[in-house]
Formats: sequence, structure tokens, C-alpha cells
Amino acid sequence: MRLTCPLCGSRDRREFYYYGAEDYLHRPGAEAEPAAWDAYLHLRDNPAGMARDLWYHEAGCAQWLLVTRNTVTHEISGVELVAERAT
Amino acid sequence: MRIDGKGLIDRTKPVRFRFDGKDYAGYKGDTLASALLANDVRLVGRSFKYHRPRGVLTAGSEEPNALVEVVGAKNQTPNVRATVQEVFEGLDCRSQNRLGSLKYDLMAVNDYLSPFLSAGFYYKTFMWPRAFWEGLYEPIIRRAAGLGSLSGKHDEGIYEKAFAFCDVLVIGSGPAGLMAALTAGRSGADVILAEESHAPGGRLLSDSGTIGGMPGGDWAALVVAELTAMPNVRIMTRTTVTGAYDHGTYGALERVGLHKSARPNLPRECFWRIVAPHAVLAAGALERPVAFEDNDRPGIMMASAVRTYLNRYGVSPGKRVTLFANTDVARATARDLIAAGVQVAAIIDPRPDAFSVEDCPVHVGAEVIGSRGRLGLSSITVRKGAETFEVETDCLAMSGGWNPTIHLTCHMNGRPRWDEDLAAFVPMEGAVPGLVAVGAANGSMSTHGALATGRAGALKMVEALGRKVAVDLPEAEDLPYALKALWAVDGKGRAWLDFANDVTTKDVKLAAQEGFRSVEHMKRYTTQGMAPDQGKSSNVAALAVLADATGRAIPETGTTTFRPPYVPVSIAALGAGGRATGFAPQRFLTSDQASRDRGAPMIEAGLWYRPSYFPKPGETTLRESCDREVTMVRQSVGIADVSTLGKIDIQGRDAGRFLDFVYTNTFRTLPVGRVRYGLMLREDGLVLDDGTSARLGDAHYLMTTTTAAAGLVMRHLDFVHQAFCADWQVRFISVTESWAQFAVAGPKARALVNSFLETPVDLPFMGVAPVRIGGVDSRLFRISFSGEEGYEIAVPTRYGEALFRDLLARAETMGGGPYGMEALNILRIEKGFITHSEIHGRVTAHDIGMEKMVSARKDCIGKAAATRPGLWGPDREQLVGLKAAEPISAGAHLFVPGTEVHRETDQGYVTSVGWSPTLNAWLGLGFLKDGRARLGERVRLVDHLRQIDVICEVCNPVFHDPEGEKLRA
Amino acid sequence: MTYSGLKVITQGFLGNKGWKPAWRDPAPKAEYDAIIIGGGGHGLATAYYLAKTHGLTNIAVLEKGHLGSGNIGRNTTIVRANYFLPGNSEFYSHSLKLWEGLEAELNYNVMHSQRGLINLFHSDGQRDAFVRRGNAMINQGDDAILLDRDGVREHLPYLDFEQTRFPIYGGLLHPRGGSARHDAVAWGYARGADRRGVDLIQNCEVTGIDFENGVVRGVQTTRGAIRAKKVGIIVAGRSSQVAAMAGMRLPIESHVLQAFVTEGLKPVVNHVISFGMGHFYISQSDKGGLVFGGDLDFYASYASRGNLPMVEHVMEAGMTLMPMIGRAKVLRSWGGIMDMSPDGSPIIDKTHIDGLFINCGWNYGGFKAVPASGWCMAHLMATGEPHEVAQKFRLDRFATGHLLDEEGTGSQHNLH
Repeated sequence: MRLTCPLCGSRDRREFYYYGAEDYLHRPGAEAEPAAWDAYLHLRDNPAGMARDLWYHEAGCAQWLLVTRNTVTHEISGVELVAERAT
Repeated sequence: MRIDGKGLIDRTKPVRFRFDGKDYAGYKGDTLASALLANDVRLVGRSFKYHRPRGVLTAGSEEPNALVEVVGAKNQTPNVRATVQEVFEGLDCRSQNRLGSLKYDLMAVNDYLSPFLSAGFYYKTFMWPRAFWEGLYEPIIRRAAGLGSLSGKHDEGIYEKAFAFCDVLVIGSGPAGLMAALTAGRSGADVILAEESHAPGGRLLSDSGTIGGMPGGDWAALVVAELTAMPNVRIMTRTTVTGAYDHGTYGALERVGLHKSARPNLPRECFWRIVAPHAVLAAGALERPVAFEDNDRPGIMMASAVRTYLNRYGVSPGKRVTLFANTDVARATARDLIAAGVQVAAIIDPRPDAFSVEDCPVHVGAEVIGSRGRLGLSSITVRKGAETFEVETDCLAMSGGWNPTIHLTCHMNGRPRWDEDLAAFVPMEGAVPGLVAVGAANGSMSTHGALATGRAGALKMVEALGRKVAVDLPEAEDLPYALKALWAVDGKGRAWLDFANDVTTKDVKLAAQEGFRSVEHMKRYTTQGMAPDQGKSSNVAALAVLADATGRAIPETGTTTFRPPYVPVSIAALGAGGRATGFAPQRFLTSDQASRDRGAPMIEAGLWYRPSYFPKPGETTLRESCDREVTMVRQSVGIADVSTLGKIDIQGRDAGRFLDFVYTNTFRTLPVGRVRYGLMLREDGLVLDDGTSARLGDAHYLMTTTTAAAGLVMRHLDFVHQAFCADWQVRFISVTESWAQFAVAGPKARALVNSFLETPVDLPFMGVAPVRIGGVDSRLFRISFSGEEGYEIAVPTRYGEALFRDLLARAETMGGGPYGMEALNILRIEKGFITHSEIHGRVTAHDIGMEKMVSARKDCIGKAAATRPGLWGPDREQLVGLKAAEPISAGAHLFVPGTEVHRETDQGYVTSVGWSPTLNAWLGLGFLKDGRARLGERVRLVDHLRQIDVICEVCNPVFHDPEGEKLRA
Repeated sequence: MTYSGLKVITQGFLGNKGWKPAWRDPAPKAEYDAIIIGGGGHGLATAYYLAKTHGLTNIAVLEKGHLGSGNIGRNTTIVRANYFLPGNSEFYSHSLKLWEGLEAELNYNVMHSQRGLINLFHSDGQRDAFVRRGNAMINQGDDAILLDRDGVREHLPYLDFEQTRFPIYGGLLHPRGGSARHDAVAWGYARGADRRGVDLIQNCEVTGIDFENGVVRGVQTTRGAIRAKKVGIIVAGRSSQVAAMAGMRLPIESHVLQAFVTEGLKPVVNHVISFGMGHFYISQSDKGGLVFGGDLDFYASYASRGNLPMVEHVMEAGMTLMPMIGRAKVLRSWGGIMDMSPDGSPIIDKTHIDGLFINCGWNYGGFKAVPASGWCMAHLMATGEPHEVAQKFRLDRFATGHLLDEEGTGSQHNLH
């Protein structure tokens, strides 16, 4: 399994750390209801198909990556830097 | 028997080897199987379940029968395929899975009991009485099962792993693979050609056809010579591609030294990770047996294997051979044998309209329905119409057609497609992205088809790589391949499908009868296809028998899934490098040697090694040294290397703001030159880590993490920054390895520190200042993990060892010295300082009495989730101190004295304990329900495992100097 | 028909012609009292206990493929009761007791073998954590023995005690821990349920859940609509998709866990060994294969297959711990789809829809839980109340903070 880091190029999976779904990027505000925090921390669409998830190029450039990936085929169709993501 | 003038073996290089204690001779170039057959050894093993006599069936890695143990000086290697293992001088091997000798295997009694050992019989019995399962039935079953055996000794062999990268990986070097490699190679692409056997050429080395007007083997040699000369082509022989993984990664096993008797500088095997955006699967096809009664005797072989032994190894597996096949191509076996002077007693062809003129008797429209010969084939029974007759023969070559070697195309969940004309599964296009199957692996069975599809497959890749090439197609046979499938011959007896697991057509039918009609059910109920060969030669036939038994067509019956590896791979090869300390990196302190010099036992702290204690002459126990070191720190001064703590340098205008976001408490207000303890939560509100952070300048902080969480915290900070505040002006980097840091603790710490500073400083408690030590810019912190007046000195790593030795020398003149992890632990327990024994991932700030450190005036990571009701209140277990006169233990549970000891009465547990020479008591830290409200109560501490049952007093966890006067002195 | 050794012998003499199908192949009825979605181990066990214990026999199990086609047939078959948090302790303890009578209960040999499980530790801190666990096990009424280094050596002389990267300090022995034959558990429960009248309907995929005014009415399937008063979702590996049919978003992320088996070998590993420091565990099956595995591949996946980095990591762990297995050859690798929950513990609960129940989130501990999971899920579906040993497996515990986090790794799904 390989990922193409926007900064480092195509790299073996073992250089990366996996966190979870894109949801972790959408942190509720300090005043948000408990339900919003529950959803943020725990509840997931968990799609069987296209998903967006978070990877960290730990043994590389230390950038967090937002990866568009198919969870059934593992095909990767996009990688962007979390810090420079389109919002 | 050996046939003169045939084969690619080197007859000038005889090789002696041993099988079951008897010496034999072969030649360089022989496999163990060919050499044994040359010596007329037909019986080579016993079957898994019925212990039937078995001989060589195939000439490749798909072999189900001829599995042997190779015996080495220190170790044995079980389940080695005799058909793959090359002979070498001194090769010593033996048959396996027998009780007694191979000829007289006592377990062969199972064969007579076979009516009672049908598919799944063990699910229906051995249930009574209950205790007999572990005591009687299971041990007998376990001893009977299994094939070869391990020695039980450490594998001392050398193994390697490696990465390789190329543009085009060609898997297999038969006509299709060679043509593909030639095409890609000539285009200039970077090519790896992987060939399982020791010589490239594939079936061209076994068959007698021609290519471009010359013998196929000669053409292969020419192509190989050209490829060898190309700098952009690597030919990897003895290399089996074992798996297809995501994004163009393939696993491959190279047998590097297994064919040599002495290999001083070679590993046994190397496991390759080959990264290739394009791959050509040219793995050919596997011939399939026909199921008829007693089709498993030694001497009954695949027709193509007989051809291989004859043409490649110069061996005829029999003196009077018969052929049972349903294709025209299989006739070549008989013709080649006759041409080599071997008698062919009969050809039995089930096709009524088959060609019947050969240089031997031909029975068309006939079937083999049985065989005889206790330890080896002596005759076969043939049925033609209503007539049956015996044919004397010592070798039956059989063929039920071919199955494309599609395995790799299924490794990424690709389902193959049923091809009615071939009566076989062929790969689904695109099943493995970037991989194209060609030649027989894709159902193109003729030599011409192989060459043409090999070239076409490679051309597509060449084009995708932006290259151009023109390669001529040499002329070759293009015979049609079509057959009427023959899976099993009608009959009453046992007809084997899976030779390796002893699965017969009866077993498959019984599975269907009992409702195991799904192919996965049948497989699991009968164990069909689960043996070392993974059903390579039998799965499709078993599926056909199941389809027939359940009245369905094959495609609707389904397929089982091929999974990696294609051939079994040794754990040692896949795990190369993991042996001994290779499994994980080792991290050493700059003081490591100095500590070892003083006799300190070094213990693991994560990946680090830290000194446990520093024994003095006369001290015989850990406790003695530890007590002394604790007292030394409390009364004079101690030195400890604390460099393992994570250190993160944080800079930028928003550095303070950033710390305020990741810590529960406030750091923006921290004055320059001061240090503050910080508590960090996970976003789910539980404690992630703690440590001190120092403000070195207006826009410059240095964070300290615990040893265990250093990497975790760095990753966390990167996430918080990049995900939530990438626009803030803050940057940070781990400097853990850049600084060596030493704690100097005790009443004499200040005197010691000032003895070597160029300019003595008067630091307040929790202060930090730049200092110079011997001309080196260093940092001095006044912080303490011991409860005494304490300093930590940080110097660039390269000065660490020198400073450590210097500090020890100075300390020793003051009655002090080094202290290790044991003393450090006691010191911090006395002071009630927590480590990851306490902040073990399930505790909140509230649990450890630090809820006031969560600032109400700002947001921080984890603040919101920490307010969940389940994380608050008297039901939570809270940090307390425990004190006892008798030894207590960590891991013990706490109960109210006088109550029953049970899960439901459990009040908490102990996380850390130690003998305190300072307080002359056993001290512990632990968590107790509503603990802070229970100070002064007595609790019962129970450790069943260590037989400890002690009454303790519940205390404030800060036992030593609770007011902190010593710290601030 | 009842199975026995005598029956095996008499059938042997009769050419095995008399064996009857292990279960019927019924067509779905228009309506049932209860429907179980999912014909895996947990679903079949639930159906069995609904029929056996609660007398509910007008029920059906709907399976989109074949019975036992999910994780029940893809695991490493370990059976243990060595949890330490209240909530988990009593549940797995109950499960182990059910295991101990399972052959007699089902009249099916599931080959439950209490070979003993040894968890190794490699530092004083790990030892203390295991002591806490062992004491919790004994407090619960289960068994645990603390072994020092020599104690481990007595049981497992072939480990590398001299050179391994993380020296072996000792181990926690759980004598009642062991393994079982995974498929047989599914088949045994299936046969038992079928014998009590449960309709096991294969190749029947649920495509929708019908509910009205907050009350469940039935399901839509590829074989038509089926009405039901109660519906249980027990579909590990597809929990999120099926729950979504009822408008639910679950605290689940699906991950791949690989496992491996070697070629058959004569007996060499008697125990179940767990090497936490290397994320490696191993046992030997009755057929002789070494069955072993490690950690998740760590990325969300429904592919039922993994990649080389974790394969190699597992093998490297094996080589540092017990290099005597080096020459055993890996025959097959596979992957299961794990329902990873945010605290590593499962969910057996009602939902916001009356009559709709859910059983999910088994992480990678589902196999040993099968009997108690079925037992408690049946209790919940029959009575509407959680069983006392499963009452902490609530769906809302993440929102409320009543967590059951044995690993202590927090809300990140893949860390459990």
C-alpha cells in the first residue's frame, strides 16, 4: 500500500500513521451542545466506498493529509495537506 | 530411471544426497523429486488423514504429495516440496507424517477406518464425556494431524528483506513472460522478470515444440541472453511472486541459498517488496488431475510433470507408462516418451472422437476407473463402454486439462470469470490495478497465443510509460485448445480430489447431502483446498463435483477465494530482521556507557534503556541500592539522566496561544524565564500527558513530555496545529535527541550546580535560565520530580556523557551519586507525583485531583468532552495515597474491610507501590471510589496473585513534604 | 438427528447415506415474531437462545450470503475471560461458562479446548497492569495465575529468553482460556436453532428496515418484504450500513484485521500465547497449523484483506519472541472487517425505534463473546430489558462518558 504525499511523493504505507475519518477536522465550538461533541468524537458515516480520512506522514514531512480513498478497493483518488485544505 | 541424452541437468556434476537415511546420487540441476524418480523411488510420503502411500504428482510448487523435511545441522525444515528443492551435495531429507517407517506406517490403519472418518465426522462425536476432549481425544487428533515437524529450537538461519522498484514486473518466464520482458526491456523500461524455478524458460524447458524454427529451449536461451545483457532488466530466478497488494506492491520470495550446501555469505531466503506500477502475469497454467478410484497411488502423475521430468531432467518416472488425458496437447507426453525410447503401454482418452493413431495402443471413449499397487502403481483398470480391462503400468500420466494460474488476480478480491470453452476460470480484467494477465494464465493456451498476448500486454504498458518499441513475433504452434471437462469418473470407491488433505468426491457429495451446499461451506466442512497446496490442482474439480451434486452450473455454484501467499512463505523470511533485538529500535542515553561502567542493570523504558539502580560494593539486593539512593537524594544530592523525556521546541508569535489550546491551564501568562507544570487532555477529555513547559523567550517555549508519550504528543500537536489553527504563527519541532538532560536533586543540589557554572545563578523554584558550562551554551531549569530542591541541566547531546561523568564525580565528593529508575520511582511516589502508571488513559483531571487546572476562562482540547456526566462524581475512582506497615503490591484491588471480596464490592486498585526509607513505610498510589472524601479511612488491599491481604490507610498522595518547603528552599 | 460416536459408526457401515441436512433451507414467510438480520455467530446464537430459552420459535435469521460467512469463520478462535473492567468482566465470564457446556448444549463438537492462555509482560509496569487484571479475573470468579520468568519457561521453553528485544519478565496464565473450532460454532448454533423451528434464510439480503411512528414493522429484503414485531441487527462488518437503514449513525469505524495460518505441523505450541509488546498472538489448531495474528492494519477498510507492513510486523514479532517458528511457512493470510467502537467494548442495546435492537461493536473480540452475546441479545429482544451481565454495553455510553476502555487509548476507534 502506498500513498502519494503532496510534499514527499509516493511512499510506502509504513511511513504513515492513520487517525480516522475526516470528521476529526470539524471540531465543534466551545459552546456546542454535548450531542455535537458526541457526534464529533464517536459517530461515523463509516462508508463502504468513497471516504475521506486523515493520515500523518510521521516518518516523513510530519504533515497531516486528507486522503480521498475507497474503503472497499483501497483506491486513492486524492491527497491534500490538512493545513492547506480547501474549506 | 535416467534417460540418456535428455534433460538440462549437468551430468558432469554428480551430487550425493540422502533420503530417509539412504544415500542416492543425482546431478546438478535436479530437483529432489527428479533425482528420486531417477533412482526409481516412487514412495515419498504419506497422506494427511488416511496415511495413504504417496508419490510425486507434479513438477512444481503446486505439489500436494511430495513434502519432506530437510534436515540441517541445527534445525529441520518441514514441508519442503521435493519438486522445488534442488539437490546439492550433502542434502539430507526425510519423509514425514508417518508412525514407523515410510513403508510400514502404523497410522495407515486410518485408511481402513475411512468409512468412519468421512467429512466432518469429528463435529459429530468426541463430545462425551466432556473432560475427555482435552484429556484424550484432542491429544490423539493433534498427534495424528499435522505434516512435518519443527525442531523446537531457535531458527538460527539468516534471512533478508528488501525493496525493489521497477516500471514493469513480469511474473513468469515461459513464452508469454519472456516475450513481455523482451518487449518492455527493449523499450528501455525498467523491468524485473521473476521466475520461480532456478532457470528461466518455463514450459519451454519441458516441452518439445519450436519457436521461430528452433527448439523452444534454444529460443528461450537467446531471449534470456539478450535480457541479461540489458542494464534495465533484472532477471530474478528462484523467485516466486507471492502476493499482489495495494498500489502496485507485490510480495516475492527468493530462495537465495537453499540450493547450496555451504552458504557462508548468503541468506536462506529473501522476501522482496517489489513496487511496480505495471505488472504482467505470465504464470502459465496448472494441469489438473482426474478423480477416479484410487487415483492417488505413487506412480500416478500429471502428464505435464512426466514431460518435464523427461525433457528437463532426463528422467522417465516409469518403464511402462500409460496416459489418461482428455486433451490433444497431453498426447505430447506419450510421443516424447516414445521418442525417448520409453514404452507407452496405452493411451486412454475419454473423448470418443479423439485422434486414435499413435505409436502405442490408444483407447478412445475410455476411462481409467481404478488402480492397483500397494506402495506404487502396478496396473490400472480401464473401462470402455461395457468392457473393463487391466493395463499393467508403473506410471500413469493423467490430465484433465488446465487451470490458468489466476491466483494473484484474486488477491485483491477479484472474482475470476468462468470460461466454458476452457472449462476453467480466467482472470477478470482489472482485478489487480496495473496487472495484466497474458498467455496461459489468461487462457491463451497455445505457444503462439502466449507470445502474442505477452507482447500485447507489455506493449500497453510501454505505451503508458511513454515509450515506443517494435518487436517481431516469432512463429510458433497455434493449436486450438478445447475440451470437454472430465472432473471425476463415475465409480463407487474413493476418488481423490484434494490429495493433500485427503478429500474425495464422496466427501464433497456428503457435504452437499448435509446441507453444506455453498462452496465456502463445502470447503470448510470437507477441508477441501485448505492443505499446503491450497487446492491448486483440486479446487475447480471439487467445485464441479459440488455443482453436480447440488444440480447447479459451476458459475452459479461460486468460487473460493485465493489469498496470499501464492506459495507458503517461511515466517522467518517475512519476519527477517525481527530476530532478537532487531524487532524494534534501541535508544541509548548518552550516559549509557557510564551507567553500565558502574554496574547499573539497564532496563527497557519504551524503546529506551535506562539504569535501574547503581549497586555499590557489598549491596546484594535491588532494595539495598534503591534505599540508599533514595536516602542519598533526600540527604545530599543525586544525579539522574532524564533525557528520555520528550522535548518540543515551540516558537512563534502565537506559541503561548497554542500552548493554551493544548494544555488545560494557561501559558500565555507565564513570564519569560519561568517554568510551569501543564496538563494535557485528549479531545475525549481524558488525560493524555503531563509535563513542564518553560518560557525561554517572548515567542519561545520548550515543552517537556513524558518518555512514553513523546511521539504521541508531537503527533497530537501537529494535528491540532494543522487542523485547527494552521494560520497561527507557531512552529515546533522535536528536540528530544538534541539535548542531554540531567536531574540534580537534593539539599546539596544548588552547591553542586554552582560548582561548575561559569557564573553561578540564583534560580527561583520553577525558573529557567541560559547558562554556560565549560564554554557550552546550556540550560538550567529549577524543577523537581523528587520533592527535593532540584535542577535539570540540559546540554547539547554530544556533551552529555562528559557532563554526566563530571556530575557524578562532583556529587560523589559531596556524599551523593547517581540514582536509577527504582529510586526515581520511590522518590516520586513519596511526593505523590504521577506517571503513566496513574495516567493510564482512563483517568480524568478530576480523578487525579487536578480539575482546578482546567481553566474556566478559555477553550482547550478535551475541555468539552471532559464534562460528560460519566466522567465526574463520587462513583469515579480518585487518586489517593496508601500507607501500610507490611508489603503491598501494585495491581492489588481495594475493598472495605469486613466485606466480601468480589467484583461487586471492588472499591479500586493500586497503581504504584514501594518501600519508603524516608517514611519507613510501604507507600502506594491508587484509585479509590470517591477517594478524596475517604482520607484517613482504612481499606483492605487484596492481591490474590501474590497472596497479599493487608489493611492500609488512605492518605493524601503527597506523603513527603506536603507543603513543598523543600522544593522552594 | 442427534449426533454421537455410535451414529458415526453405524452411518459408516451404511456408507454415510443416512446423514440428514444440518438445517433446512426454508423460503421466507410473510411475517415472523422476530427477525435477526445477520447469520453470523452472534445472530445464530441469538436465534438459538430466543428459541431455546425464551420459547420464541416463529423467528427467522436473514443472511445475505451463507451462514457463518463473516468474522465467525475468519478469526483466530481464541476463547478467554480475562477482562478487568466491571461491565466486561461479568459478561466474558458468563460467556466462558456457556462455552464450557457448549458441546453438550448444541450436540455439536465445537472443539472448545482449554489449553491455557498466557499473556506475557516485559516490564514491571506491564506486570502490575496484568496483576490488576488477574485480580479482577479472580474477583469475578475466573482463574488467573501469575508466572515469573521461570514459570513462563516451564510452560513455553521454546521462547527466546536470552535475546528477545523485550525481555520476558513473566506472564499471566489463564488456565481456562483456550480455543475452539470457529466454523463449528456457527454450524452448531445454526443446527440447534433450526431444530427448534427457526427459519435460517440464506442468500437473503436486507435492503431496508420498515418502521412507523417509531415502531418497527419489518424489513425489506432481496426476497421480498417480511413483517416482524421485533428486529435485531447483528451484522458485524456491515453494522453502519444496516443501522443507516433505520436512520442511525453508529459509533463504529470498520477496520481490517489480518490473520495467518501456517502449513500443518506436528504439535509444537500447546498454549495460546499473547505477546502484547509485539502485538502478536499464536496458537496451534488441531489440524496442526499455527494460527496467529497481530494488530489492525489501522486504516478504515471493508476489503477483507490487508497489506504487507502489518504482515511483516507480525512475523517480525514472532521471530523476536519465538524464533523456533521461523521455518514454519505461512499458508494463507486473510482479513476480517472489525466493528471498532470508541472504547473497544461492544454494544447490545435497544435503539430509538421500538422493537429494533442492535448488537455491534465487537472490535476484535467477538468470537469468544458469541455464546453470551447471543444469550444477552436474546434476553434483550425477548424481555425488552438488558441482561444483567450486558447492561453496560449501552449505545449512549459514549455520549454520557460511561466508558469501558480496557486499552485506555481513548475515543480513536482504531486504537482498541
